[in-house]
Amino acid sequence: MASDRIFGLIALITAVAYLAAATQIQTNFFSGEFLPKLFPYLIGCFGALSALFMIYKPDPDPEWPAKTSLGSMAVAVVVLAFYAVLLPVLGFIIPTFLTAALLSYQLCKEKKSAFFAGLGLSLGLFLVFKFALQLGNVVAFKLASPAKIWDAITILIPFIGH
Amino acid sequence: MDIISNLAVGFGIAFSPFTLFLAICGCFLGTIIGALPGLGPSNGVAILIPITFTLGLDATSALVLMTAVYYGAMYGGRISSILLNIPGDEPALMTTLDGYPMAKAGRAGDALVISGFASFFGALFATIGLMLLAPVLARVAFLFGPAEYFALYMLAFCTLGGMASNNQAKAALAACIGLGIAMIGVDNASGLPRLTGGNLHLYDGIDFLVAIVGLFAIAEVFIFIEHQGKGTAIGVKLEKVTVPWREIWSTKWTMLRASAVGFIAGILPGAGASLGSFLAYMTEKSVAGPKGKFGTGVAKGIAAPEAGNNSAAGGALVPMLTLGVPGSGTTAVLLALLMTLNITPGPTLFTERPEVVWGLIASLLIANVVLLLMNVPLVKLFVRILTVPAWVLLPGVTMISFVGIFSLTGSYFDMLLMIAFGILGYVLRKLDIPTVPVILGILLGGNMESALRDAMTLSDGNIGYLFSSPIAIGFWVFAIAGFVAPLFLRGILKKPQAHKDL
Repeated sequence: MASDRIFGLIALITAVAYLAAATQIQTNFFSGEFLPKLFPYLIGCFGALSALFMIYKPDPDPEWPAKTSLGSMAVAVVVLAFYAVLLPVLGFIIPTFLTAALLSYQLCKEKKSAFFAGLGLSLGLFLVFKFALQLGNVVAFKLASPAKIWDAITILIPFIGH
Repeated sequence: MDIISNLAVGFGIAFSPFTLFLAICGCFLGTIIGALPGLGPSNGVAILIPITFTLGLDATSALVLMTAVYYGAMYGGRISSILLNIPGDEPALMTTLDGYPMAKAGRAGDALVISGFASFFGALFATIGLMLLAPVLARVAFLFGPAEYFALYMLAFCTLGGMASNNQAKAALAACIGLGIAMIGVDNASGLPRLTGGNLHLYDGIDFLVAIVGLFAIAEVFIFIEHQGKGTAIGVKLEKVTVPWREIWSTKWTMLRASAVGFIAGILPGAGASLGSFLAYMTEKSVAGPKGKFGTGVAKGIAAPEAGNNSAAGGALVPMLTLGVPGSGTTAVLLALLMTLNITPGPTLFTERPEVVWGLIASLLIANVVLLLMNVPLVKLFVRILTVPAWVLLPGVTMISFVGIFSLTGSYFDMLLMIAFGILGYVLRKLDIPTVPVILGILLGGNMESALRDAMTLSDGNIGYLFSSPIAIGFWVFAIAGFVAPLFLRGILKKPQAHKDL
């Protein structure tokens, strides 16, 4: 009940914001006055209607995961976000090793297996990507100054990063 | 005799050693992906698209590789259904109903072989159907104008939302999310950005591959973490594998009926393989009656859903190739592949790029034979793959997804966006909101909007133009019926639940 209502409310707010943004769409001579806005308007209206319906008639609540699982998921999200910004800066092997090992640890809770899973995956996948598939921008490792690494990490901090 | 000469062209392409090699690789990889619990055809294909694209294969080769993976994953899905009672993907759910009891009775090998043959039969039937039907449908599609296309897209969203989900409002919301995302970026007509919030990264629009990999693969990772990797231990031992010819022969009519039912279900836009296997199983169950002992581990109960599911997989390619409207989640992913390769599906594909279509059809036929040969003797090998522990599998899948997107776009922004889509996908799945309409919306949003805009420009803003031709009206009627009818049918067509392990 509550989950559906909360999600419906978020969807409703998003739909209204979407409609508001759609009224601000710039137009020019080539596109005509109204056509670039027409379809976004339709989407916003239908979205808002379905969201209202979800609030009005919610389904039973799903089984949300226990706190420990939620914690693991949050850790996974943070780890993956760091991976996303560090992969272009530090090259493939080091970030992949750390990320794979940490993710693996979230599942098996054994340090040793997680370590070897990370090691095996980072080296194994590197060989596959680099030599079997010859992907161009997969680089083993790059030397990056601390300033550059910090620069990459700030992307994740709202209002400070780019 | 058009078909034969066209097929000759197709086989000429498909029998080149390199294409054949790709088909075999794809089949092997696909079966593994299908067999791994939690990885199905859609996320399997989704993860591989960016990598395939970066490999720089030409259109035909890439298409052959990915459809081989697609067919392979449909085959492989049955392995985890039968042995572990865990469907690798949704369509494989029906196979657990009879497959798992049979495996528990000590006949796991028989169950796998019967289902392998049924898959072969269903896929063969569908490929032949595709060959015969697609060119005809492509000719009809020449009659479509913008109004018809707009109605057709509506039809796809409505039937998909109506049939594949348990709640119409949620399906509609999902479609709106997808379409809304598709609008972001520079508008083609005016050249001005729309709905980007001033973020330069968004001027290009949101790459549908990022969304697909996020919604399918990364969301799966979160689901995995939630279950803490449960359900990867092997449940049933596989003894010697022999071919039970007599039993296979006894299911011949079942396979034929199930294939026909599945193929039709596959063609319906938005219905797809889940409906195919479901209808095939239910039809056979009612044909056999209570004496058929469906649900206790009978050969027919395994053959029907597998033939239906593979036949629907092939059938779903018909609307995807001829109209550009995918019939299922996985064909939506294949459509994404086509669009990445700069091939526009639709009627013109058959006249302008016959080598792509017929090469594809010929390689489907070849892939099917390869899969049968691979799946019967090598089934033991694939069963061993099931024992890969989740704590290796899951980080592996994640890393492959990231590197795929990274090598495609080279930007951290897209990877962060992919994580966001992963979280969104997880929440949507938790709330029982279907993710396929989101994907479909992102893929088709641009086309749907331009159809609407063309219609409005042609008619000078007259809304009535959208309902002006018989074809368009027909689509609208089916769209509304497809959206509303499941509300009433839901009580009658209740999905059987999977076996609870006793």
